[in-house]
Amino acid sequence: MENILEVKDLNISFDTYAGKVQAIRGVNFNLKPGETLAIVGESGSGKSVTSRSIMRLLANNANIEKGEILFKGEDIVKKSEKEMRSIRGSEIAMIFQDPMTSLNPTQKIGKQIAEPILKHQNVSKKEAYERAEELLGLVGIPNPKKRMDQFPHQFSGGQRQRIVIAIALGCNPDILIADEPTTALDVTIQAQILELMKELQKKIKTSIIFITHDLGVVANVADRVAVMYAGKIVEVGSVDEVFYNPQHPYTWGLLSSMPTLETEGELYAIPGTPPDLLNPPKGDAFAPRSEYAMKIDTMEEPPFFKVSDTHYAATWLLHPDAPEVTPPAGIVERQKGYRARVLDVQPSEGLKEMSSQDAEDHLRQTDSELSPDEIATRKDKEGETVYHGSIL
Amino acid sequence: MKNYAKFIGKRVFYMLMTLFLIATITFFLMKLLPGTPYSNQDKLSPEQIHIMNEKYGLNKPILVQYGIYLFGLVTGDLGVSFQFNNTPVTELIASRIGPSAQIGIQAVVVGTLVGIVLGIIAAMKQGTWVDSSATFAAIIGRSIPNFVFAVLLQLVFGVWFNVLPIALWTGFASSILPSIALAISPMADSARFTRTEMVDVLSSDYVELARAKGLGKWEVAFKHGLRNVLIPLVTILGPMTVGLMTGSMVVESIFAIPGIGEQFVKSIMTNDYPTIMGVTMLYSLLLVSVILLVDVLYGIIDPRIRVATEGEA
Repeated sequence: MENILEVKDLNISFDTYAGKVQAIRGVNFNLKPGETLAIVGESGSGKSVTSRSIMRLLANNANIEKGEILFKGEDIVKKSEKEMRSIRGSEIAMIFQDPMTSLNPTQKIGKQIAEPILKHQNVSKKEAYERAEELLGLVGIPNPKKRMDQFPHQFSGGQRQRIVIAIALGCNPDILIADEPTTALDVTIQAQILELMKELQKKIKTSIIFITHDLGVVANVADRVAVMYAGKIVEVGSVDEVFYNPQHPYTWGLLSSMPTLETEGELYAIPGTPPDLLNPPKGDAFAPRSEYAMKIDTMEEPPFFKVSDTHYAATWLLHPDAPEVTPPAGIVERQKGYRARVLDVQPSEGLKEMSSQDAEDHLRQTDSELSPDEIATRKDKEGETVYHGSIL
Repeated sequence: MKNYAKFIGKRVFYMLMTLFLIATITFFLMKLLPGTPYSNQDKLSPEQIHIMNEKYGLNKPILVQYGIYLFGLVTGDLGVSFQFNNTPVTELIASRIGPSAQIGIQAVVVGTLVGIVLGIIAAMKQGTWVDSSATFAAIIGRSIPNFVFAVLLQLVFGVWFNVLPIALWTGFASSILPSIALAISPMADSARFTRTEMVDVLSSDYVELARAKGLGKWEVAFKHGLRNVLIPLVTILGPMTVGLMTGSMVVESIFAIPGIGEQFVKSIMTNDYPTIMGVTMLYSLLLVSVILLVDVLYGIIDPRIRVATEGEA
């Protein structure tokens, strides 16, 4: 299926008194129609900036340094403000983090839901309000007719987020960007909102970009996951691949710091803090916090290594010459389960018999299936032995 | 809505209590003022003074005078002026309130409206030269006293260009300069206030959501920002009115406008007790009414307050 959105080599910086903060440093991803892509990462990793750049709703001091954002094949970066206004709210819509503050406290919610419909669609005021009422019912607010005339403070947090979703869906957008839509809600309400979003996605067939730092939420809603760190995507793959066969040490760290039913004792935390993006580090930005860092990580930025057709990770550990490392215990557990499942799949693909050793080898091969160009250039530059076993 | 009426009723009651306290305090303070109402006392014999005191009830015990005064106040009789040809104070005020009210209202309306627009523009152009010059103008307007502006306006428009009357009260044309002189400080205040509030509102989540709906920047500022900016702005209406009242005393004197302010100043200088009391009560009534109006306006602009008061009452 063709991509509805393609982000290519996006670089965004912010001018501050201290200097240029390089918030986004070469982000690539794409989005297929009807698909949910989750972008995860800690605060400051650039997930929100990425999503706002798609809406072109960046702060005044932000510059899109280079890159393309192709929406239906057209570059959003090059569009005029006027063209953007006709896209915002109609073709690309957004849901924000805090429902308590994202509705105008002095306006009736009926008016707030009808506003984008009136703005973008050639309908009468009456039709727009009818549609708004319908949407209000669709997102599960009982008695919509009466509630159209109420103000935001007369709704609970969860209901307000439903209203924000109704606003976003007003013009049946092709892409819905949800920027941490459940972070400000309590857990039971979170689950309801996520269910609602999944249900509505099926109904109106929109693509969703789901920004979050909550891996539990990701597992629940997403088809694919992109892990961001320090303004870059470090690993991308299907939910299954990223959760059960993670390759990047940062993803390992993230998953290890997520409590599971088996977690005992103190919860793991990734040591250190994210790098200062005023002066982004050379090489792999995660290296200073990673116990798996090698010498090459401090010198050269790792390219994306292909793990499978849908799974890529930017870590030198995937280079064929990299030493074998053992991920943290929890990750090994995850990978075991994944490998077992992959093995289940193998026979049906014609591999009738395979010893467990063979299976390991097989997996190891797919793991290190690099994009040949990238590896070639690496070798030309580095020679063959530079990073052999040079673990810091 | 019934509770809302109850809330307003409660406010009106408090308002009357306030007025009663003001009347009492002013009465006794005024009695403490040194001097007598007689301008050329040296030429009057003790008998004459006694007769006069008798006539105006000034020789009665203070508490009795206070009682008489309060009774008059309740029945709408403010007494008779000592200085202005024995005219009743109510009549005196009625004959002079026109010009004062006219320049006062013109100043408030023009001042706040222009101020709000300037504030919005400054907020929208935040950090640019437009913003800095608006802020600079607001500081100038706030810090230079209005009588300096008054004289400056007289010089520029009255003397140099000779397009508007310098002084006296001959109709609308003569109200323009005093209104502008009076409007400067409410304009500066509301501009500064609007800018600060608007900057806040523009960075709020609901403004971002409005932008995400596809609205333009100015559309967002007026459709979603303005009403939220007005809520805190209503708060400064009270102090602003006080400023206008005191300002009008000076400005009316400079432009020789036969208004209340001018009369108030004269009555204090001559110990004209009934007039002082009358004008003080008028100013107080105006002020508490503005405060009541502010409360009512809150309810109209901010739906959250309407419900909160309904719940409370």
